Amino acid sequence: VGIADAASPTGELDGTTRGLEVRMIAEALGDAGLALSDVDGIFTVGGGWASSIELAEYLGIQPRWTDSTATGGSSFEVHVEHAAAAIALGLCEVAVTVYAATPRSSRRAGGEGYRSMQARRAQTSWTPMAEWELPYRLRMPMGGYALAASRHMAQYGTTSEQLARIAVATRAWAGKNERARYQEPITVDDVLASPVLASPLHKLDCCLVTDGAGAVVLTSAERARDLRQPPVYVLGAGTSHTHSMISQMPDLTVTAGAVSGPKAFAMAGVGPGDVDVAELYDSFTITVLLALEDLGFCAKGEGGPFVESTDLGPGGSFPLNTNGGGLSYTHPGMYGMFLLVEAARQLRGHAGDRQVPGADVGVAHGCGGVLSSTSTVVLGTEATL
Amino acid sequence: VNRPELRTSPVSEPFWEATRRHQLVLQWCAACDRPIHYPREICPRCFGTELDWRPASGDAVVYAATAMDDHVVALVDLAEGARMMTNVIGCDPSEVVVGLRVRVTWEDLEDGRALPLFEPSR
Repeated sequence: VGIADAASPTGELDGTTRGLEVRMIAEALGDAGLALSDVDGIFTVGGGWASSIELAEYLGIQPRWTDSTATGGSSFEVHVEHAAAAIALGLCEVAVTVYAATPRSSRRAGGEGYRSMQARRAQTSWTPMAEWELPYRLRMPMGGYALAASRHMAQYGTTSEQLARIAVATRAWAGKNERARYQEPITVDDVLASPVLASPLHKLDCCLVTDGAGAVVLTSAERARDLRQPPVYVLGAGTSHTHSMISQMPDLTVTAGAVSGPKAFAMAGVGPGDVDVAELYDSFTITVLLALEDLGFCAKGEGGPFVESTDLGPGGSFPLNTNGGGLSYTHPGMYGMFLLVEAARQLRGHAGDRQVPGADVGVAHGCGGVLSSTSTVVLGTEATL
Repeated sequence: VNRPELRTSPVSEPFWEATRRHQLVLQWCAACDRPIHYPREICPRCFGTELDWRPASGDAVVYAATAMDDHVVALVDLAEGARMMTNVIGCDPSEVVVGLRVRVTWEDLEDGRALPLFEPSR
């Protein structure tokens, strides 16, 4: 019922991460027509010992539901799933999930910038990754996704040109988002001409590193009716994970989305063919290709031909990552928040130049770690109830 | 090669001790009669706790590979049925493709242990 997000073409935002979180919460509550005193469920994920406790202390909230669940980039989809369940059970009534990170401005200020949390832990203490992966100097997290792309190409004949089409379409959407980091159109040749950072992935197959922040407010359907915005309903949700480190992934061509997607669709009572707008986590182009297959938009192995024969851009038949995605809009590290905000914005009909006409069903599909965790949220307008 | 310091678990000590002799060993579950990698205190398939160590042939096939800067990182499937991350050396990075047959080789560490790497089978 309330949404907010912040990002800038410079890739940087002013303020501390805590300050940005507070600003996002205030904007999202204002958007909904609610006050901080209404919030009784607090959800976040960050670097703290217990993120939701630290945030609640700062805000002066004593919640009835607390949730610091961390599944990497899919965390905020998981938060929506948990919030919907908690609200349905009467365990809380107004839930807020929030995220802010400033890897770009912190690096410029001499900090360490973006680092995979998994790799960072392995560098300071023993973890299975420290023992079995770190010695081989896999670039993280990019290298894990590159391994999956290499396998998909060998097994199904997927090409770099096909992956590039995802980046090209996403950039076209970013051209309609004035806050996107990159808005100039690119071509398949541009992607293929960009440096290979971890074969077979090129620089333009990879997401940005930017500052960014966002928040989402959820409440019961009953209470939502009296609030300021047209409600967007959580029709279904599903979460799963297959591994923590890439060398333990059972099959590099099948993600946990093959479980979380069907579960979310079954709960929602809709199928992939009913989706009007798809917001699929795009840490890398291969992440999107695997999600398209695992969620059932095409058969396993046919992601390449699917993106080749489908118009994914503005005005096309399959609107994908309509804000410009992690590839061109913003990617502060855990991008899942922005999938939810954009899906909700589209379903409200508030997406401006990039509005998909008549969008009633949207999907926000998060992916965290190295293709480790996925969480799928199916959202709908009042017409879908 | 500038590698990070190797931090290991007591559970996998037999693996690393064997590397001093340039021998690749794997942990096996007696109940499943299949190897476990990485080594654990239980079998992640059957939760069995009867685990032992057996020599591996050192033969493997590349399951996935990526070339970065000056090195190739690969996941290789050992003949015994375990998968591990490694570097493939001894050839041009472009030759390291999915399906390539490789064989274990060793990079000695300063403490006498060795890191298992792989090179194309001759």
